[in-house]
Amino acid sequence: MPVSVLIPTPLRKLTENQDVVSVEASNVDELVNALDSKFPGFGGRLRDESGALRRFINVYVTDEDIRFLQNKDTALKDGDSVSIVPAIAGG
Amino acid sequence: MARILGLHCRECGEIYDISPVHVCELCFGPLEIQYNYDEIGQTFSRQTILDGPLTMWRYAQLLPLNGEPCVGRQVGYTPLVKADNLASKLGVKEVYIKNDAVSHPTLSFKDRVVAVALSKAREFGFEVVGCASTGNLANSVAAHAAEGNFQAYIFIPHDLEQGKVVGTLVYGATVLSVKGNYDEVNRLCSEVAGKYGWGLANVNLRPFYSDGSKTFGYEIAEQLGWKAPQHIVCPSAGGSLLTKIYKGLTEFQKLGLIDSLPTRMYAAQATGCSPITTMVKERAEIMRPVRPNTIAKSIAIGNPADGYYAAETCRKSGGWAEDVTDDEVVDGIGLLAQTEGIFTETAGGVTVSVTKKLIEQGVIPRDESIVICITGNGLKTQEAILGKIGATIPIQPSLSSLEDALLSHRIGVVPRVANREPVSV
Repeated sequence: MPVSVLIPTPLRKLTENQDVVSVEASNVDELVNALDSKFPGFGGRLRDESGALRRFINVYVTDEDIRFLQNKDTALKDGDSVSIVPAIAGG
Repeated sequence: MARILGLHCRECGEIYDISPVHVCELCFGPLEIQYNYDEIGQTFSRQTILDGPLTMWRYAQLLPLNGEPCVGRQVGYTPLVKADNLASKLGVKEVYIKNDAVSHPTLSFKDRVVAVALSKAREFGFEVVGCASTGNLANSVAAHAAEGNFQAYIFIPHDLEQGKVVGTLVYGATVLSVKGNYDEVNRLCSEVAGKYGWGLANVNLRPFYSDGSKTFGYEIAEQLGWKAPQHIVCPSAGGSLLTKIYKGLTEFQKLGLIDSLPTRMYAAQATGCSPITTMVKERAEIMRPVRPNTIAKSIAIGNPADGYYAAETCRKSGGWAEDVTDDEVVDGIGLLAQTEGIFTETAGGVTVSVTKKLIEQGVIPRDESIVICITGNGLKTQEAILGKIGATIPIQPSLSSLEDALLSHRIGVVPRVANREPVSV
């Protein structure tokens, strides 16, 4: 199922400057794997040594933070939009 | 050797050149300015500070500008008030209020961070600046953008207090009122910064912005007579201020400007948005984001970017954290106003009430020095307390009407007048 992924500025060097890419995945974990095979090194940016998503990364599936859903097991469906957003400061 | 070495990632240590970047490309950790303290220590002393202006720029050596600031030259050096009435009410020996409710020019500590961020924006060549804000930052970016002739785009959640909206529009900024909470505004701005190449104070200028907060800590130490207090209670939203106050004190110790650093740091949040205090109180390793629901809107950040560091700072300093209900927030505002004559916003109500709670719990001892960080002004959040702090007593412009009112409200002593003239109404 193709979903579109919004790529944050710090990761665009890996995606040849594309800010939106499309990959096939049925959950967030698969999405990270798919991004990693399409853009080698991408997975390591998002996951730590233990395989967990790094603590300063926010992932949203159609506007909802995955920590309010099922984290990396959050299901994706055709046409979903996923955003990867770095944490930003208070204000 | 240079005074500033570069940016480094707080998570993995990767080094970057000074530029408008804020997250590490490798691990998404926040970037921080790396100073050369050996170099700074050669020319920076208590005396050079005392010879400097009575503003935050007396500590310019520890701030990340190359030249003079282009905006906010009068910001900082707010009063540290010895709050004896409040101390007596709380049953403790020594309390101080660090009062940024009177910060020039926009009445919150955000003037400190913005003075640095926008001055740095000019050094980087940005002509458009902006921010995501819960209000205080919006006010300050808009004001300083006007001063510095920047174009400003300010993003706020749609349900902010009127004082904060008016106090942004008046400076001529373009204000985008986003149908969403702060965390959603934040996320949008993160995308905006990448797309349009604007200088957003708390996004791509964040490493420079957040270092402005250190001056809050420097001033506390200097104003206490080159001494760090035993306890500092600090409101926490994104978690940066608490972290940077402690960093400022650490730098002062490193540079020999204070002899010791006994300070324990305490994070204060509203129970309706308490991801940081929950993490500390539950001794958790993971911070769980929340959906905010509190009248303390200026600190209603459910997914605080520096939350981990704020919690870690509380822990490593031997401090703690606590949160209070919205009713306690209102009580805290009233308590500070009625003991010290200082009118703070909801975030200040949180901090005062959390201090009271920590003292009552025995977490903060009664015979040690306590500094309460007051970071914003109550005139901006009047809606939060309207109807909860008493009401005016309507009278006619006559003595008889006044005396009737005093009697019926059982207030004070009604003056006894022997031969009262008839009063025409």
